[in-house]
Parts: sequence; C-alpha cells; structure tokens
Amino acid sequence: MSDKTDITLTINGQSHAIRVESRRTLADAIREDCGQTGTHIGCEHGVCGACTVLVNGEPVRSCLMFAQQADGKQIRTVEGLADGDEMHPMQRAFMENHGLQCGFCTPGFLMLAVGVLEREPDISDHDLIDVLSSNLCRCTGYQNIIKAVRAAAVEMRQS
Amino acid sequence: MTVHTKGSGTTWVGRSIRRLEDPSLVTGRGRFTADLPATHWVRFVRSSVAAGTIEKVSAPEGAGIVTARDLTKLKPIRPMLSKFNYVAVGQPILADGVVRFTGESIAAVYAPSKDKAEDIADQVEVEIAEGTPLIDSMDALADNAPLVHADTKHNVIVEGRIATPGFEDIWKTAHQVLRVEARSRRQNATPMEARAGHAAYDSATGRVTLTCTTQMPHLTRTAVCDILGIPESELRVVAPDVGGGFGQKMSLAPEYVLLVWLARKLSSSVAWTEDRRENLIASFHSRDQHVQLEGAFDAKGKLLALRGDIVANIGAYSCFPTTCGVEPLMALAELPGPYDVRAYDCRSRGVMTNTCPMAPYRGVSRPVITFVLERLMDKAAAAFGIEPTELRRRNLIDKFPYTSATGLVFDDGSYKETMEMAIKAIDLDAFRKRQKTARDAGRYLGIGIATFSERTGYGSPAFAARGMEITPGFETVYLTIDPSGFVEARIGSSPHGQGLRTSLAQIIADEIGIDPEFIKVVHGDTDRAPYGWGTFASRSLVLSGGASLLAAQKIRAKLLKMASHLLEAAPEDITLQSGSAHVIGTDRSVTIASMARAAYHQAHIFKGEIEPGLTETGTYDPSGTFSNACHVAIVEVDIETGRVEMEKFLVAEDAGLIINPMIADGQVHGGVAQGIGNALLEEIIYDETGNILTSTLADFLPPTTHEIPEIELHHIETLTGNSITKAKGLGEGGAIGAPAAVISAINDALSPFGVSIDEMPATPQRIRAALRNSGKLPNTLPSTGRLA
Repeated sequence: MSDKTDITLTINGQSHAIRVESRRTLADAIREDCGQTGTHIGCEHGVCGACTVLVNGEPVRSCLMFAQQADGKQIRTVEGLADGDEMHPMQRAFMENHGLQCGFCTPGFLMLAVGVLEREPDISDHDLIDVLSSNLCRCTGYQNIIKAVRAAAVEMRQS
Repeated sequence: MTVHTKGSGTTWVGRSIRRLEDPSLVTGRGRFTADLPATHWVRFVRSSVAAGTIEKVSAPEGAGIVTARDLTKLKPIRPMLSKFNYVAVGQPILADGVVRFTGESIAAVYAPSKDKAEDIADQVEVEIAEGTPLIDSMDALADNAPLVHADTKHNVIVEGRIATPGFEDIWKTAHQVLRVEARSRRQNATPMEARAGHAAYDSATGRVTLTCTTQMPHLTRTAVCDILGIPESELRVVAPDVGGGFGQKMSLAPEYVLLVWLARKLSSSVAWTEDRRENLIASFHSRDQHVQLEGAFDAKGKLLALRGDIVANIGAYSCFPTTCGVEPLMALAELPGPYDVRAYDCRSRGVMTNTCPMAPYRGVSRPVITFVLERLMDKAAAAFGIEPTELRRRNLIDKFPYTSATGLVFDDGSYKETMEMAIKAIDLDAFRKRQKTARDAGRYLGIGIATFSERTGYGSPAFAARGMEITPGFETVYLTIDPSGFVEARIGSSPHGQGLRTSLAQIIADEIGIDPEFIKVVHGDTDRAPYGWGTFASRSLVLSGGASLLAAQKIRAKLLKMASHLLEAAPEDITLQSGSAHVIGTDRSVTIASMARAAYHQAHIFKGEIEPGLTETGTYDPSGTFSNACHVAIVEVDIETGRVEMEKFLVAEDAGLIINPMIADGQVHGGVAQGIGNALLEEIIYDETGNILTSTLADFLPPTTHEIPEIELHHIETLTGNSITKAKGLGEGGAIGAPAAVISAINDALSPFGVSIDEMPATPQRIRAALRNSGKLPNTLPSTGRLA
C-alpha cells in the first residue's frame, strides 16, 4: 500500500501537485491533501452524496472515485462556487429559502444542483426532484431545498 | 418569503430574517470537527460479536494500541438515578474482559494517518469466547435469561409504575375496552455528520482542548474530567459546527474520553472520525419498545381509564447523562398524551440486552407512545362507528391549566383548535368522498390523524422529578456590549442546525435597539460560554431565549439610565431603536455605540451612579410548557406490493409566539421527514446472533425527496405565561406526530381488509404479511408468500 503516484488535481482552477496511494479516494485527497474541507464525507458508501463535487462538469460522489482517476481533470467544489464576494445564485437561494440547517449536507446539494442545472437548465420539476433524491439531508425534510433549487434554476436561466 | 430590511421600525421577533449562520455554511467555510488536522489518528477495534469474554488481543509489533489494561485508573461511565428501582451499571471506556454488544470498542490503535490506523486495526487479532446474546427485550425478561451485566440480579434495570387511586373501580364501569399491542422497532437518529473528536494537548498550559460533535459541551467536560480524575480547568470542550445531532450527540461518547486520555499520554493531538458503519452499529440507538395498552371507554366514547405496560430495550449500557431511564420513564409519564383521562395504571421497564445502547432521539419515546395511543383512539373510533376526529373531539383536553393523571401540568394550548384547523384545511369530507371513489376503483387511499403534546423548555424541577443525579434545566446568558458597540451573547445552549444564533439575536435586538446583524451569539466553547446544558429536548429557544431576554432587559435598563444622564431626560421618555437612544418627540439622541464606549472609557461621567462596563447576566429556569399539534397524513397503499405512497402531509401546530417563522417551519419540516422515515423505512435489524444487518445507509433507509411529500403548515400562537418570551419549543414535534399519522393513514386505507398494522416501521413486508393473513385479498392477486 505504500506505492504512491504523483498526480495533479485542479480544484477550482488551482493546481495541487500531490502524491497519493492508489487507494486514496478523491474525497480524502480534496480534504486532506489539498486542504479543501468544504467537501464533506457522510457515508463513504456512495449513498448520501454529501461529498458530491463536479469533475469535468459532472456531479460525482468523490468518496467513490479514486484521486488518481481525477488526475488532470477539472474539479469544482463548494469553495469555488462564489465569484469572490459574489455568491452563486444557488448559494443565495439556499440562504433565502432556508435550504439548510446544520449545513453538513449542503455543499453536496449545492454541487449536485449546480452541476445538473448547468447541464440541463430547463429540467422539469419532476426530474429535478428525481435528481435531488440522490442526496440525503436529515434536517430540512427537503421542502426548502427543492424550493431553493427551483428559485436558483429560474435565476440561472435568466443570467 | 419576505426578507425584511433592517430598521423598518417594527419588532425583529416574528420576522423571517435570513439566518446569520448561513454565509459560512454555503461557502464551505464552516468548521466541522473532522476538518482539523491531527498528529495521531485513532481507529477503534470493535467487537464482531454481541456477547462474550475477551481471551486475547494481539497487535502487530510496534503498533500504538490501547486496551482496557492501560485504563485501569479510569472510572466507568455510570450515570445515576435515585428513583424507579434503578440499578447502576458501568460502561468501561474500552471493553474490560467482557463484550456486551456488536461494535463495542475493545482497543484503540493510533497512527500518523487515518489509513495507517485502519491498516493496523485490521491486523489486531481479538479472540473472544462467545456467549449467548440477548437481542430481544422479551427474551431478556425471561426468568432463566443470562445476565448482560453479571453484577445485577436481572436484566430489568429501571422500572416505574404509576397507578391512580381507585383505578379498578373506574375500570369496572367501562362500556367498552379496547386493546393495542404495538412494537416500534429500533432506529438510529442518523445525523448526516457522524460523530468525531479531536483532542489536542497544549504543553504550555497542560490543558487539552477536546473539539467534538457534542450537543452538551459542558456536560462532556464534566463527564470526561470525572472519569479521568482531573480538574475541569484542565479541559476545554469545543463544539464547532456540528452536523445535526437529534439526540445522538447529547450522550457521552466513550471515544471522547479515550481521545483526551491519549492526547495527555502522548502530549500531542489525536483525532477520530466515526465512519458510517460505526455510527449505525455502535453510536446510540433508540425507539425499540414494546407497548401493551388498554383503554376503557364509556358509552359515549369518552376515555375513562388507561392501562399500559411498556418494555423498552435499552441495550447494553446506560447512557450519560440522562441514564437509560430516559425512554421508559418518559413513556410512563406522558403516555396519556393530550387526552383527558383520570384513571391510569401503567408499568414501564427498561431492559438490558446485548445490543447497542439506547439514547435520546428526537421526540424520546413520544413518537412511540403517540403512535400506540393514536392506534387505540382509532380502534375506539371504529368500535363506536364514528370518525377518528370525533372521538378525539370528545377526549382532547380543553381547560387549562390541566393537571394530568401523571401529575403533569399542561399550560394554555390549542389541542382542539389545531385539530379543527387541520380538518378544515385538509377538507376531510371531500377526502372521504374521494376515498370511496378510489376504493370502488380498487385503489386504497387513507387518512390518518395524530394529535399530541410536546413538552418543551422544562427547567430543573422536571428533571429532578425523575431522580437524576445530574439535574439539567436552567440556562444562563452573558450579554455584553463591547466598547466598539458590538453585542456578544454567550450562551450555554449548543445549537447544531437550529438557527438559534439568529432567533436569539432577534429577541435581544428588540430589547436593546440594536439590529441582529450586530449581535453575535457565541456557543459551544466551555472557555467562553457560561455553564449550561446544551441543546436537546426542544429547550434552547425557551430557556436560552428566556435568559437572553432577562439579560437584555438588564442591559436595556442600564442603557436607558445612561441615556437619561447624557440626554437629560427621564428614562421613560427614551426609546432604544436602530442603534440609538432617542428622546421621544424630540430630535435629541445618542448612539448606543457611544454610550458603550463611555461605559468603559468615560465611566466617570456617570458620577458613580452607574457601574462601569456593559455586561449583564440572565438565568432562566422555568417549570416548562407544552406545545401541541395535529398532524394529518394522506397515503395510498398498493395492496399488491405493500408500497405506501405519501400523497400529502399537513401540520397545524401551536408553539406559542413564533420568533422566526422561516426557522420554525424548517424545524417542523425536518421533524416530519424524520417521522415519515421512522414510520415507513428506518429500522436497525439484528440477526439472532446479534449481528447488525443494516450497517449502511443503503440498508438503514433515511427518506429522500421521493418519500417526503409536500408538507403544508398552519399555525396558532397561544401565548403562555409559562415562557417569558411566549415562545414554546418545537424541535421535536414533527417527529412525534408523523409516525402516528402515517400509520393511522395506512390502517385507514386498509380498513376494508380488517387488518391492523401495529408495528413501526410499517414496511412493505409487514403490510403484505398483514394483508395475506387477512384472507381478504382479491383472488386476482397472489396471496401466497411469493410477493412478500
């Protein structure tokens, strides 16, 4: 297990040259090797989706991907959503609609929703609920997450 | 939703202002325990069997490992009750010779990284002579059952009974007696952040800082120091951002004790992050109860007497600080719910088994007893041939204060009013028509009603009544305006998602005339916060809110006195608003910031009539209050598969004055979702050997967006004299009523089959089994076990 490989993770536009064992998950590499702790780990089984990040624009569960598989790819995490002090419409919508309580699952939901809406801006309500069912939240009962994502979808389509 | 702008002239209380907590959490700048770096990482070696004697533990050469042998000077975790035939049992920090549940920690290994610690843990060999595990509480009650703890006489370690005088005489007058035997299966609170701890030794001071996912920082400090035998001044406990708790993080994790001990031993920092499997099998469980309930009714459907027997499976140890009495004794005291019944005879027992210890989980027993009691009421309604709502109408309490058969005093509430509101909003008559049409077409819709109370914000007298050696209750707030004019409220509560920083800031803002955004609520740090009891039992808004109000009233009085000096006006002619003191009807004013500056730097100008500085303390320890609500669920049951589709959920609730409607609604939403999960999906399943079959979130099933329907909320605000802010708690209510409403709806849907689902969760398997056994399934459907 001590064989390590040099890889480069590009997170939110910034390159991180790191040396990882082949078993290192992308989630652990993002958090521990690159110090970006906004991505949270909720189950390590690929069920809860708290660790969702965008890899080349696609939402992925970073606990189910090896860091080496993300070598050279563009990774986006919650830390890269805002443009300086200007929050992303999805972040604003979550605050305005009370789409979060403890905030632990929030980064995963934000990245999932942003990834899906960038790919499919006109997604139907039905499909949106289907997509959001891939992540778990224990605090909100999803009511305000759905409301927030719908509100952000409208704003993202307009911009 | 309307977001009000600051200084609009009305009160801050009652507004849905955005949460002050959110900006860091939506940008990835929240700070959770697992985010901290550490020198050593700990992995626990856990028992793979439920009962047995440890014969040998061997680790690879040179591995850093701790076993019970290294911890002989540590006291066990041994919370106490002085009543209810409580038998104290101790929980060692690491299993000491005997293992009592699958997942119990046997050893702790440490290494420079998480991966290495896991590698070493995998190589630790544990030899255990397996014993006979007791998994079901009924088996543990048997006369010849083995003992989970050899130093006890039997496995019942807490037992209470309440019997009102003349019970049998009243029972004999019954027109009709109805009976329910119900089971609630074992569940796990499942916060999205599993538990984590980080202990860092500071060689300069000799102190340790324990950062951990606790709901009770001060109690954690007390407990860890008592166990280690060190002064509390040597330990600082920090609860940073905590990713939900729901009760699971209120009980002391033995793992935290080990971390502090190891940090001191290594003079270093050590950390542990619980993985999801550990959380599901070895954190804390709840709700595993068996309840038998009989109700005696008069000819008009009025409940005369209740007779109950409750058995709670409390697992292998007794949780700190509440003790394992928390579930059976809460059930005993609150089983009659919101119904007027004068005769009561109930026994409630907590039974030890070789399973994961039980601890509070959102609602504590009340989701179970509400479910059982509402089953009884539904059965009675059927027996009397009336709508379930009509039976409730004849039995709900409506005169206050109301003293229950168990001695609880209910303050003003709206039990009937919330039910009528719910019936109207859901349009019960229209539903019954729709239900009939659907039934004629072979579709099974059902409606379920649950009415209940939620005891909240109770102070030390309520806990003292339980005989707890550690009697929680009061809350204290230190409120300071610093020389720059910023406000800091340091509180003993420890919120972890409830938005309390925002709600308290709103309460304080109205008193002192400073906008909430300038009020910082500080919590979760024993070096900064006053000694308090943390956040649990729907208490923090009532207790810390009350203490905040008291402290703010003192600050207000002092500010008015200072302004009176500076503006040469009578205090009663001065208002505090938008950061300034104004003389009413004039243009004379002075900013609070400048008064704060003067309080510290120009104290002499008040000529000794006002004490320097601007800090006040408020402490609040009330008797408690009751919120109430009516929940309505509409479901459709697929009789072929047993699948339940949630069509709609409606809540009419009364939690007194709502401080922040947006936050209050969010609390109800979340509770209802957990209640729906509890009702339909979530179950920790042990096999007969004590091995857990549900150790991932793909097996233990928290609901997703698919399972939670739209939740419609309605509010009544009954202003109670039992809470000085007029706010009641509402953190648990959603979870208390929803299981009863959902299962009631399922039973209503299935009424043509004459079945009674008296078990939660009401899984498709259980529903199908009941339908098969009914013998009434249409012939076109398979009635054999093939589709089970």
